[in-house]
Amino acid sequence: MADLSPASARTIRNDVAARKVSAVEMCRDALARIQASNPRLNSFLLVDVEDALARARKVDERLAAGEAPGALAGVPIAIKDNLCVRGMKTTAASKILATYVPPYDATVIERLEAAGAVIVGKTNCDEFAMGSSNENSAFGPVRNPWALSRTPGGSSGGSAAAVAAAQVPLALGSDTGGSIRQPASFCGVVGLKPTYGRVSRYGLLAFASSLDQIGPFARSVDDAALALGVIAGPDRADATSSREPVPDLTAALTGDVKGLRVGVPRTFVSEGVDDGVKAAFDAALAVLESAGARLVDVELPHAPYGVPAYYLVCTAEASSNLARYDGVKYGYRSKAAADGLQAMYTHSRSEGFGAEVKRRIMLGTYVLSAGYYDAFYLKAQQVRTLLRRDYDRAFDAADVIAMPTSPIPPFGLGEKTDDPLQMYLADIFTVSANLAGVPAISVPCGFVERGGDRLPIGFQLAGRPFDEPTLLRAADAYERLTRWPTVAPPS
Amino acid sequence: MSALTIADVERIAALAHLDLTADEKARFGKQLADILDYAQQLQTVNTEGVPATAHVHAVAGVERDDALRPSLTPQQAVANAPDAAADAGLFRVPRVIGG
Repeated sequence: MADLSPASARTIRNDVAARKVSAVEMCRDALARIQASNPRLNSFLLVDVEDALARARKVDERLAAGEAPGALAGVPIAIKDNLCVRGMKTTAASKILATYVPPYDATVIERLEAAGAVIVGKTNCDEFAMGSSNENSAFGPVRNPWALSRTPGGSSGGSAAAVAAAQVPLALGSDTGGSIRQPASFCGVVGLKPTYGRVSRYGLLAFASSLDQIGPFARSVDDAALALGVIAGPDRADATSSREPVPDLTAALTGDVKGLRVGVPRTFVSEGVDDGVKAAFDAALAVLESAGARLVDVELPHAPYGVPAYYLVCTAEASSNLARYDGVKYGYRSKAAADGLQAMYTHSRSEGFGAEVKRRIMLGTYVLSAGYYDAFYLKAQQVRTLLRRDYDRAFDAADVIAMPTSPIPPFGLGEKTDDPLQMYLADIFTVSANLAGVPAISVPCGFVERGGDRLPIGFQLAGRPFDEPTLLRAADAYERLTRWPTVAPPS
Repeated sequence: MSALTIADVERIAALAHLDLTADEKARFGKQLADILDYAQQLQTVNTEGVPATAHVHAVAGVERDDALRPSLTPQQAVANAPDAAADAGLFRVPRVIGG
């Protein structure tokens, strides 16, 4: 097949470092691509051409002044709109924050810019990262670049679509229950959720603080590793960021998986999985096996309880985190403020939040309320412990654990919006990595035909906490042997 | 499990500082009941003596030096407020006392 691939982040960086191209040229290229395809995709909520070019110019000036090129020198990158960029509108795709302009940068933004990356804009997502289809954005859904009538997944749908449509080579998203991996799977790109604590959450608009983690989208495992190396590491502004040293992630990509033990939770992945997804998953396992990896059976007995445990824990945390949106300090304030303080709080929130956010705040408030706390929230936290122990035990027998990313291929826009529970159930294979805090990655593993559309499928690997090197090595080795196209043909 | 009554929904909404329309009350009541019903399966898991995980890393009491560092100015801090006395660096809210 014709090579549609635009340059990788690593190639751009090396070319910019060698002064073969300028950061401004690469930025202009990205801006032109965005301008061409954004009207049909709606992947970007904000692109400020002058601001982006000014950022690129700064990178070129630093290089001209003799500064050593950073790891992402001149690489255009898109940022999910729940990450604060100083001076750049950050809405979390919510009406309640429609005019919010952060006075500070998230730690990941500081690190990207220190490494020479060029922020070109903010990407669409589900409101406050709550959703699996990007249909909960207050600013309209993102369309899947592979099939415009279908969802790109969520919540980081805009970041996934931007990379799949080659608008940018890299994007950041956040993953609370699969919000990087599932859209990566749906859009046919690589999506990496690092170990909880690997990346500082400072400047990420909080949804569920014990689960949220920032990570990269890319068109190769190598580029994802490159980006993670830049954003990872301890941060004094986030007490939950880990002091574990960050190893050389690029050096880990040896292509060698001989003897690597790939755990397969056969019982867990045998039910409720689309036939096409199952076939692609089995084929991916066979590829790893043919390269010398050893497939071993593992059990995750509590994984089937992941969805209910997840939705009780994350909504409880969300109900607390979102209490800050009250019309006082930032964001939308209702006209009903004239009726007093309580009316201002209540009406600002009711008018500012969308349906899914309200639903989750309600659920979280309920499970934390007197009389229900023990039966729901505490119980979910105990099951979370059992699930973590399942992973610990599984990692005694295996070095990585394989699962499909999503049990179903990308579905149609509007197909599941009336039934939140059905939408939640499709998160079955992603939520457990967040509950257990382990790193996990989705890599493209083929396509299925549905309704005349050629739809990408993702293969998920999870690793031991802070063992991103082994996880990335396995994913990269698989990618080298398969090389599925990661750029959607222009529609 | 019995469905949530409208009164249940109203009680939760009040706790969450949300004012729902009649349609939202009916819809959310049904949807939340479906979700809670589904979550009932957690009751079949034996969790006797199992500690709760509030957080995956057992880090507690992370400390740092109590050193001065730059922070937002009062003007920056109130710049996003829908109604601020920006010059004074103050947020403004509707009158609470003696209205």
